[in-house]
Amino acid sequence: MSSYSVTEPSLRQKWCAGVLVVLYALITILPLVWIIATSFKTPSDAIAYPPKTFFTPTVEGYVNVFTTRTRLTEEQLQAVGEPQTWYDRLVRKDGLVISGPSRFAERFTNSVIIGFGSTVLCIVLGTAAAYAFSRFKVPLKDDLLFFILSTRMMPPIAVAIPIFLMFRSLGLSDTHAGMILLYTAVNLSLSVWLLKGFIDEIPIEYEEAALIDGYTRFQAFYKVVLPQAATGIASTAIFCLIFAWNEYAFAVLLTSGNAQTAPPFIPTIIGVSGQDWPAVAAGATLFLVPVMVFTILLRKHLLRGITFGAVRK
Amino acid sequence: MLQSSVDRVAEATPHAIARRMHGLSDRALAWLFVAPSIVLLLAVNIFPLIWTIRLSFTNFRVNRPNAEVEFIGLKNYLNILSDRDIWLTMQATAHFLIWTIVLQVLIGFALAFLINKKFRGNDLWTTIIVLPMMLSPAVVGNFWTFLYQPQIGLFNYAVGFLTGADPSSFSMIGDVSLAPWAIIIVDTWMWTPFVMLICLAGLRSIPASIYEAAECDRASKWRQFWTITIPLVLPFLMLAVLFRGIENFKMFDLVVQLTGGGPGSVTELTSINLKREAFEKWRTGYASAYAVILFVTVFGLASIYVKALNKVKQR
Repeated sequence: MSSYSVTEPSLRQKWCAGVLVVLYALITILPLVWIIATSFKTPSDAIAYPPKTFFTPTVEGYVNVFTTRTRLTEEQLQAVGEPQTWYDRLVRKDGLVISGPSRFAERFTNSVIIGFGSTVLCIVLGTAAAYAFSRFKVPLKDDLLFFILSTRMMPPIAVAIPIFLMFRSLGLSDTHAGMILLYTAVNLSLSVWLLKGFIDEIPIEYEEAALIDGYTRFQAFYKVVLPQAATGIASTAIFCLIFAWNEYAFAVLLTSGNAQTAPPFIPTIIGVSGQDWPAVAAGATLFLVPVMVFTILLRKHLLRGITFGAVRK
Repeated sequence: MLQSSVDRVAEATPHAIARRMHGLSDRALAWLFVAPSIVLLLAVNIFPLIWTIRLSFTNFRVNRPNAEVEFIGLKNYLNILSDRDIWLTMQATAHFLIWTIVLQVLIGFALAFLINKKFRGNDLWTTIIVLPMMLSPAVVGNFWTFLYQPQIGLFNYAVGFLTGADPSSFSMIGDVSLAPWAIIIVDTWMWTPFVMLICLAGLRSIPASIYEAAECDRASKWRQFWTITIPLVLPFLMLAVLFRGIENFKMFDLVVQLTGGGPGSVTELTSINLKREAFEKWRTGYASAYAVILFVTVFGLASIYVKALNKVKQR
């Protein structure tokens, strides 16, 4: 201890606090660890009693989530011939053959397209609006900002009825473009509020210097403010992406065949005989792990962002 | 020929004049920057809302496009407000709201208080606690049904291990008296970190000098906690409650995947009930009136709450 401060907690306090928090953290990630563990189990290991902590890992769940399988009789199996690939062999153990790819890859791709598409659009619109609100005298500024925030209070189901009708008459229902527009609108309030906070922090003198040097206002925005706001823009983008990635209510109501994302699809995964939990867990793992990795790697910016929207007002 | 001479003149023109000619005025730029966002929000939020209000006075049904649409005045509203089942879903929602907020505030504040002791590695452990709230509620909720299975579920096993009860003797999502708690547990697991982060921001905003002054005045730690920490964190805490309140009033994805509103309708929260009326029974006009009532309720409660919040802040 180099210096004594009355506000610095004692070593004993730190230890107690640390132990309690670590204990809570371990309990809280147990369900997530369990999802990942279950994805590597065989169906019988997954439903064993007592729950199995140690087991021989298998990738059967991952094979099952990407394929559809059918059960064949002995004669039929003989007619099909020897399994050719490692995944054929894996399902053949249970007397099954792979009859084709499942729709999981397609749904996952939809999630990627819609997630990134809406994030880009949301950042472009949000940055422009946030810059204008931060730097210019916009008439009715406070009212507009409150209006933007209030759009977040509406339950998604409440606006889903007319959006459903609207999309149907515009030919947007069950399309990527429709979902991208919808998610952009839903995320825009968060994006404008967060970005306005970040841009407010950039000293206005930078742009004034640029304007005196002969930049146009747009050039000053583009070449001076944007690079300064890059970190803020990046963390806002991650929030928008995570939201669009996780969204369920609109996806389940407004999409069915073509543009359906992964969240409504994963719970519908079933095996040949009953609920195939390892396959569900495999789908969930593939879907959730990218977000977990992102969160851990970018924790400094993200943790700031979560409280930012709420605290800076 | 003409084009190239124009270019030459333009090149020779001093930069400042070119700016005045080509650069947009600040006013125009402001509108150009704000307009697309406002237009999108009007199209996807306000226009549908107005449409919902209009539909709420009719007996329109999406699945009968050829039937004649009649204006029936306030009949939908009266039917909803006098419907016993809807009051039951309101009660289920209130139960869910109150308990999730109480639990999340207590646990969230306690965690923030502990993390603020700044032990080594608190940053990483905070991130691990935050993980559940970053994940898809529908996907996670679906997996929780597996954890809640009698006998094979990890949750039942853990409860059985700790209390000695038989893990197959109770079903969290199949039992009428347990199901409301099943959804409260998962929501608390998922969203406590949010309250925690906001409380942490509040705790970190308190200047150390206030505690030092209190220490000089020989105020006990207990007293410092109640007269400094709590009042200064209160505005942050109230903000967290506002956000959680609005979010949980809208709650849909997690609960739909966990219980689907069952058993019976004990966990049928208003959003789930609304979805049933609108997209299963296709009573569009009726569901629209329902949506308007919900929106007015959220908006009204939130406005009253924000007024109270501002009063606390001014103190």
